[in-house]
Amino acid sequence: MPEFAFGFAAFVLLTVATALVRVARGPTRADRMMAAQLFGTALSSVLLVLSWGLDRPELVDVALVFAALATVTMVAFVRRAWW
Amino acid sequence: MVVNVGVAALMCLGGLFFLAGLVGLLRFPDVYARIHAVTKADTLGLGLVATGVALTQASPVVAVKVLLIWMLTALSSGAAGHLLCRAAYLEEVDNGRREAL
Repeated sequence: MPEFAFGFAAFVLLTVATALVRVARGPTRADRMMAAQLFGTALSSVLLVLSWGLDRPELVDVALVFAALATVTMVAFVRRAWW
Repeated sequence: MVVNVGVAALMCLGGLFFLAGLVGLLRFPDVYARIHAVTKADTLGLGLVATGVALTQASPVVAVKVLLIWMLTALSSGAAGHLLCRAAYLEEVDNGRREAL
């Protein structure tokens, strides 16, 4: 079902694009980093759905990398750049 | 066919939770409430989507891998929400002196 997968991907990407409003407005650094966390979660779910819809099992590994990188980004930001 | 309808329903429900997280991120009044909205609603959305994808996998190894992605996100978003809230709180009450907690 590639059509359903593409529809889901478009919906979630629209969600992520709207979250950019919070990145632009802030007001604190925590708000902006929280939007980055949203990107990581939402995009790994998009990759999982695309791996099912397009029948591409390797995209599951890409989703795993996204999830792991979102973790490392957040911890590195808080512990090194901020506090 | 029945499995496909169930999988699509799980994915749509997951998408709704992403939408809920977005509304919380945009509309909640302060930074702690916004962090609270994103960590929980998004993790649940990814969990529903991952369950749906895992049900479609032929090999159980890949299905477990998909669910492990969700476990990793659940653990890490909890820890990340705590780290961010702590840093925001320390900045607010302590203004850089590192004594409050």
